[in-house]
Amino acid sequence: MAGPDAVQAPEPAVRLRGIWKTYSGGVQANRGIDLAVRAGSIHGLLGENGAGKSTLMKVLFGLVSPTRGGIELSGRKVRFGSPADALEARVGMVQQHFSLIPDFTVTQNLILGNEPTTRFGRLALRAAAARIQELSDRYGFRIDPNARVADMSVGARQRVEILKILHRGAEVLILDEPTAALTPQESAELHGVLRTLREQGRTVIFISHKLAEVIDLCDRVTVLRDGEVVGEREIGPEHRGPGPDRDAVERDLARMMVGRDLPAGPGRPHAPGAPVLILSGATDGGALAPIDMEVRGGEIVGLAGVEGNGQNELIELILGIRGCASGRILLNGTDVTRWPVDRRLRAGIGHIAEDRQSAALVMSMPVAENALLGYQNQPRFHRRGRWLSVQRIRDFAAELVRRFDVRTPSVRVTASSLSGGNQQKLVVGRELARRPSLIVAAQPTRGLDLAATSFVHEELDELRADGRGVLLVSLDLTEIMTLSDRILVVSGGAMVGSARPSEVDEETLGLWMTRGRTDRTGSVEAAAT
Amino acid sequence: MSAPKDPGNGRLRSAGPPDSALLPATTWSGRLTDALGGPLRNARNFALVLVAALVAGIPLLYAAGSDPLNGYGALFEGSIGSKQALAETLVSMMPLLLGGLAVAVAFQAGLFNIGVEGQLLMGGLVAGTIGAKLDLPAGIHVLVAVAGAMLAGGLWALIPALLKAFRGVHEVITTIMLNYVAFSVSRYLVKPGGLLVSRTQPSATELVAPSAGLPRIWSPTRLHAGIFIVVVAVGFMWYLVFRTSLGYRFRVVGRNPVAARFHGISPPRAIVQAMLVSGAFAGLAGANEVLGLHHRYFDQFSPGYGFDAIGVALLGSLNPIGVAAAAFFFGMLRSGSVLLQAVAGVSRDMISAFSGLVVGFAAAVTLVDRILGRRRRMRTGEGLPSPAGVTTQEGAPV
Repeated sequence: MAGPDAVQAPEPAVRLRGIWKTYSGGVQANRGIDLAVRAGSIHGLLGENGAGKSTLMKVLFGLVSPTRGGIELSGRKVRFGSPADALEARVGMVQQHFSLIPDFTVTQNLILGNEPTTRFGRLALRAAAARIQELSDRYGFRIDPNARVADMSVGARQRVEILKILHRGAEVLILDEPTAALTPQESAELHGVLRTLREQGRTVIFISHKLAEVIDLCDRVTVLRDGEVVGEREIGPEHRGPGPDRDAVERDLARMMVGRDLPAGPGRPHAPGAPVLILSGATDGGALAPIDMEVRGGEIVGLAGVEGNGQNELIELILGIRGCASGRILLNGTDVTRWPVDRRLRAGIGHIAEDRQSAALVMSMPVAENALLGYQNQPRFHRRGRWLSVQRIRDFAAELVRRFDVRTPSVRVTASSLSGGNQQKLVVGRELARRPSLIVAAQPTRGLDLAATSFVHEELDELRADGRGVLLVSLDLTEIMTLSDRILVVSGGAMVGSARPSEVDEETLGLWMTRGRTDRTGSVEAAAT
Repeated sequence: MSAPKDPGNGRLRSAGPPDSALLPATTWSGRLTDALGGPLRNARNFALVLVAALVAGIPLLYAAGSDPLNGYGALFEGSIGSKQALAETLVSMMPLLLGGLAVAVAFQAGLFNIGVEGQLLMGGLVAGTIGAKLDLPAGIHVLVAVAGAMLAGGLWALIPALLKAFRGVHEVITTIMLNYVAFSVSRYLVKPGGLLVSRTQPSATELVAPSAGLPRIWSPTRLHAGIFIVVVAVGFMWYLVFRTSLGYRFRVVGRNPVAARFHGISPPRAIVQAMLVSGAFAGLAGANEVLGLHHRYFDQFSPGYGFDAIGVALLGSLNPIGVAAAAFFFGMLRSGSVLLQAVAGVSRDMISAFSGLVVGFAAAVTLVDRILGRRRRMRTGEGLPSPAGVTTQEGAPV
């Protein structure tokens, strides 16, 4: 057991020796990985999707049994048959997907499976809540044990997940891409919590493919590629501030991750054509104030804003899912205000949905049928009137798979069997295949690794070069700053600012984003550090 | 995680008008449909369920005072052992099959249509009435009667469909309640002095005209031309569900209504369409019985076909081909029960218990499958079970 006395012990808190994992399909996810994690440190595990990070951590958490190799905790050999064994040994993991029950309070969620009772068999909820409050205060979680999870923000839910494994007594905490769904503020807050945990002697393994936050947060970084360790770096305070040291280590890590240098951001002239999308005073009569905006052909318009400030509503308004109460929406000069979704899609809107699993794909359907989504009424996939042509659908899907390099054994497997990056490639490919005059890209790179991210960025850039309009909705200010020709800022359902990227910096945008809002999580400047 | 799924988030206080984009991404029925996919696995599961039910039936037969071997012998002898027996099996199969298709197509769109029984009754009543009261040339008459029955079934299903699509009223509640309305209305119309009651036969309509009847095709058995309707219906339904844009829309809406909306498929519209198709097939089942078998509508001509059809649809994994196989099996049970009673002295009610076993196992096998799948994934380490419990099997033959 890695008790508190292990903090000063010379033995690493976790040592993995020669971990091999070969899946039944013959895929070698881990090929002889050695890893040592110092007690009381934050250890980054960096790598692209499919590099073997998650598999390795699932081995450590007892979710996956390794083909070969062993685990040592503070020098003691252990074998985990299940996550319960791992928790017993004080190793806890927060998965990418949340496992909380929305209708329960924090306390009810945390005691689930291990409910404390009074002598008379009644649930000892109040005592449990007090303990959780104490735990939350000690590490700066800022969680109300009696709040309902459904009422909490994504960032708070993430912290509850961590609190949950702490509550189970975890000394070693594995976090699988915890910031993928968080806003900059929420990420900053999470980083604060993790630093406190480190100060108090806990060990954190932090899986990520975001270079910047790994450098900001971690003491040591191990980079995985193709199931092998390709390098390790010690990160010191000198690397964290901006400067040549940081640039050097960033370049280093990036090269290790992808095995090549990253292409530089596109520098290009801005020569927009005719407007493809015009909103004049358009509003849903509820969440959105009357919106005036336009997107021209040949430009990328970035829409910045804190999550939940009307971005989703605006997208729904443009797509026609949300009714337009007043004002007008023009697509290529045609008034589409009253058009249903289907007709707008056919008139040339493509949409890369923010949450691909719930809005862009039907996970239990085959890849081929997912490729058809949005095209189901198009005669090119029909034969003899209304029959669907399976052949044409499969051919179309196969072409998407080929052109956009979707890694899948066949177009007949379900979308759920693809990795996140490949799901996104499928979605992007499908929407681009429409040859849309306007593409609405909502968080198109969320949860994607570097290679997939630059793939998406290149595709958006190509659309722009092709004279099409792109509306890029993103929480990632850096993404907005690098890609956009113009930036719009939305706050509280209204447009509060517009600028060219050369005219503003991230701090100004952050101020605009939070203007007029009483923000619980602090200013954007705080998040940028 | 995204805002549309998160109504309790409360970050946008002026949440706007009630928005059906807030539908859950996966409905429970959608999850059920997912768990039931995969043709190959389905065939295996189908066989598994039957074997399990046959084994579990052994103590039942003992308890009923019969030698199991003898009992099963009689059951098979009485269902497929002779020309007469096979014909009776097919006759029993028909309403279950058409009803099963009705249940299955609604399930595909994420709807649990428990109202097939009521829709079937209304279809039978209309078919019987048209057959008896109208005077049309042969051929045309039967077509009109069948069309009327399908229309009646569809309209009966339209009420819960509209309530579900535009008012969010759960279809399980409304379809069950409309069953009772259908029972009462039909009984009222054929009660003594009722509007449609026959002059010679209480609680029934007049015999349908020969021009509206489905002729017997395999004398001396009771097998009638409805079997052709049934065969066409199976093929039609398979094509509809798996090979048309309409069926595709049903399946997308049943599995992920949010993605459907984002891609120009209107869930309310698909709900109405799926219920119309479902109700029409239920009505067809009623017409088939009335025009082909009884040649008149009489009160309680259906011994609960619409309810048994739910089990048929589940055992058949919602796939029309599977539904046909399941219906044939249930048909065997029904027709075989006669000989079972005569030879082995087992009450016909035993068959109800046995049907219950089959449905129970059919429900359990998806559970077993899921557990096995999870264990297998654990061993091979293919990650955590997905919410649907399926990762590699195919949802549909495309």
